[in-house]
Amino acid sequence: MSRNLYDLIGLAAAVCFILALKGLSHPKTARRGNLIGAFGATVATLLVFFFTGNPSEKNWHSLPLNHLPLILGAVAIGLIIGVPAARKVQMTQMPQLVALFNGVGGGAAALVAIVEYLKLGSEATTAEVIATVFTVIVGSVSFSGSCITFAKLQELMTTRPVVFPGGRFLIAANLAGIFVAAGWVVNSGGNTPLAVLGGLSLLFGILFVLPVGGADVPIVISLLNAFTGLTVAASGYVLQTTLLIVAGTLVGASGTILTRLMADAMGRSLFKTLFGAFTAKPQAISAGQETRSVKSGSPEDVAILLNYARRVVIVPGFGLAVAQAQHTVRELADVLAAKGIDVAYGIHAVAGRMPGHMNVLLAEANVPYEQLVEMEEVNPTFAQTDVALVIGANDVVNPAAKNSPGCPIYGMPILEVADAANVVFLKRSMRPGFAGIENELLYDPKTTLLFGDAKDTLTKVVSALKNL
Amino acid sequence: MMSNGMALLAIFTLSIFVGFEVVSKVSSTLHTPLMSGANAIHGVILVGAIVVADHSSNNLELTLALVAIVLATINMVGGFVVTDRMLEMFKAKKK
Repeated sequence: MSRNLYDLIGLAAAVCFILALKGLSHPKTARRGNLIGAFGATVATLLVFFFTGNPSEKNWHSLPLNHLPLILGAVAIGLIIGVPAARKVQMTQMPQLVALFNGVGGGAAALVAIVEYLKLGSEATTAEVIATVFTVIVGSVSFSGSCITFAKLQELMTTRPVVFPGGRFLIAANLAGIFVAAGWVVNSGGNTPLAVLGGLSLLFGILFVLPVGGADVPIVISLLNAFTGLTVAASGYVLQTTLLIVAGTLVGASGTILTRLMADAMGRSLFKTLFGAFTAKPQAISAGQETRSVKSGSPEDVAILLNYARRVVIVPGFGLAVAQAQHTVRELADVLAAKGIDVAYGIHAVAGRMPGHMNVLLAEANVPYEQLVEMEEVNPTFAQTDVALVIGANDVVNPAAKNSPGCPIYGMPILEVADAANVVFLKRSMRPGFAGIENELLYDPKTTLLFGDAKDTLTKVVSALKNL
Repeated sequence: MMSNGMALLAIFTLSIFVGFEVVSKVSSTLHTPLMSGANAIHGVILVGAIVVADHSSNNLELTLALVAIVLATINMVGGFVVTDRMLEMFKAKKK
């Protein structure tokens, strides 16, 4: 009886996860969906403390749990680290936090499989060993790969693709080594082969993510997320726990679709992104362009330009997020609207460091939803736009994506701000964007550059506008 | 009656299709929260981590399992909290 109840509650938790993903796919139900998922996960966790499984199955455990104080202590440590990190993180740093959470999940799944493997020893069936090998490989890749994406997003290391001579051969050799080690584990078992396999997989995760350029990092996070899901499913197989199989597979499948959707939104070939590691060649970075002249203006100049415009399109990017200038932008838009100027925000799906980053940021400043215009709709209107105000965005308006085949962002759809009568760039410096590519538009005669922190500069523009 | 292994394989296969179907059409606005929410869901590996901690028969196994519990808890709880924070901002917009 209690066994059936255990399974039923587990099933209910699995249904919660399906409903969570379903809810998260629609704006109106997203928040509720997330709460349903959290509820399901909580129930599933509590279940382990109060019900035991079937003694003949792998997921059976004693009750009360062995090492209960230590287990509760470990959960408490996890809570103490995880909750404040999630609560206090700034909006600008959210992407790397998600990457990190994903990485530790992958690491946890790999450890679970390793512990179960150590315990089973020679009793493990071939299927269990294969599932363990899969979990160790993919979980370790997800863990180390996520750490590198974290380092890239946090700008602890360069955001450009890291490609070194012989890298392709190294990664191919690494991959071959993983296959050999996997065969070794399956054939002879034991701890040493497994440790070798784990080490090689960790290395592969690093080599796999290093050549990925900054703009593609969100796609990689999403892919690693799907990987972690599959790892969890494989651990579920080893532990014969249906809930883990369902939850892990759901995430693996939906994560794969999501990765493809993201790649499509960025106009990237998923294949090229993923196998960049195998095909990337060291690129000579063209130098000597920095000496060309640019036109920089004062906040007052920009205020005058805006004052006599009929239509202004604001293009926000990561710089807006960094400067926390979303409220100031809203104020600017309100002042312009009060003067009878038509204002819209041109939102590129991948502006910022993650798809939808700008929507989240501007929503925080209560920008009306109708003013956020997606790329396909806003692009045809640039020809009738007097001023395109680019705030801390670069790659998403870089014409190199259209004009220079071979550059890392080539093929990505961009916001066609060059069609507007005037372009104003608010930038911190002449430094290129996240993808590390020079933007030709900065040197265009109709472009005005306004250097400085976006928030300070915008505040000055707003006060200048009010005085006009 | 299916063998246990076959039943698990059936569950796995059907879950793939459910996963595909559920998110087949999502606006780009929701990509980040959806990814983050899915990320939190795979934090249920916590359940597995607790079970193997119970199974562990020596200090090495126990230590690894406890590390797994810490990591999985961070993944699960942190994931749901951060997703909720993202979505909270969407809600403000709806007014």
